[in-house]
Amino acid sequence: MKTDNLIRALTSDLAPAGPSIEQRFAAVLLLGVVVALILFALTLGPRPDFMAVKGDPRFIFKFVITLLLALCSAMLVWRLVRPGAPTRLQVAALAIVPIVLAAGVVAELVALPHALWEPKMIGVNGLVCLASIPFFALPMLIAAIVALRHGAPTRPGLTGVVAGLFSGAVAAAIYAAHCPDDSPLFVALWYSLAIAIVVAVGGIAGRLALRW
Amino acid sequence: MSEHDIDGLMRAAINGDAAAYNRLLTSLAPAIRALARRGLGVAGLAAEDAEDIVQETLLAIHLKRHTWDPTMPLGPWVRAIARNKLIDAIRRRGYRAYVPIDDVMETLAADAEEPTPLPGRLDAHLQSLPERQQSVVRAISLDGASIRETAARLKMSEGAVRVALHRGLAALSVKFGAKP
Repeated sequence: MKTDNLIRALTSDLAPAGPSIEQRFAAVLLLGVVVALILFALTLGPRPDFMAVKGDPRFIFKFVITLLLALCSAMLVWRLVRPGAPTRLQVAALAIVPIVLAAGVVAELVALPHALWEPKMIGVNGLVCLASIPFFALPMLIAAIVALRHGAPTRPGLTGVVAGLFSGAVAAAIYAAHCPDDSPLFVALWYSLAIAIVVAVGGIAGRLALRW
Repeated sequence: MSEHDIDGLMRAAINGDAAAYNRLLTSLAPAIRALARRGLGVAGLAAEDAEDIVQETLLAIHLKRHTWDPTMPLGPWVRAIARNKLIDAIRRRGYRAYVPIDDVMETLAADAEEPTPLPGRLDAHLQSLPERQQSVVRAISLDGASIRETAARLKMSEGAVRVALHRGLAALSVKFGAKP
């Protein structure tokens, strides 16, 4: 077939564009978040003293850091699914997240006596954290990959990694409402490890499912 | 055609202007062909496969046109898609060495004429489509029939023709991406 013939077929298939990637991403993710929240309510649920600690700066920091990570990775992933779109600003924004986390860790190290560093870092709920965050992240990661298939990522593996970062971060924010460990030292260790699992799965899923 | 003009054509196309869309794709094809040839040359592969890459890239441009942000220039978007399809094609041939693709991606301005058609991969892929999609794609592309004429000829509704055409084109794009 000559290329001109193909162009004729493409021209005849010019239908109005459907919803944008961002709209699809938002719709499917809303579903993913709802599923994750239902899973959360059915399994762990918020901690009993939720209302009492909600003003505590350490407790609030858990949500600030996870939601900041979710926001920055969503902004990057929206760029990655558009071929040729510049990503420098979004990568720079994402790089702020570990800096904020490091600031929280330093503040905690200053505030706490040396003897408490290790017990606060190890916490009481580390393994639950390690299992729960990937568990809540899974419906969101699936939703994200489904939505991103509509895009055109020229780097499918990297796009999957950032989608994993996003899903892991949202799941971590949900899990934070249950977790009795509030120290930034705990967050830096266990939340990071748990999100890293989701990131690895996202990277593999991206390579497999986001090619086009 | 300048890079500024192609932005306007794509905007018109997204608003449903088929003539603008046809002009856009027709003017992009030689530029994509030129960079596909150079890319294949750099990788030490035969330039006659360039037309497959042109066709695969045009299909991708069509099926992924919603990923172009109208506030950004179209040129880098087209180049990124063409580059992606070129790298895929080179990888499918088992070529693993580093290819300095950036060297050949500098411009969309260079032109290259379409060669006399050889039976390319598109023809093979077309033959493997379900019968109905195949007849619709053939009628519109090869015979130059309109949607309405195709509907009358194949005794289908116009809506069914549109659906079969779209699904056929999407399936062709997937077949290009599969390993040969």
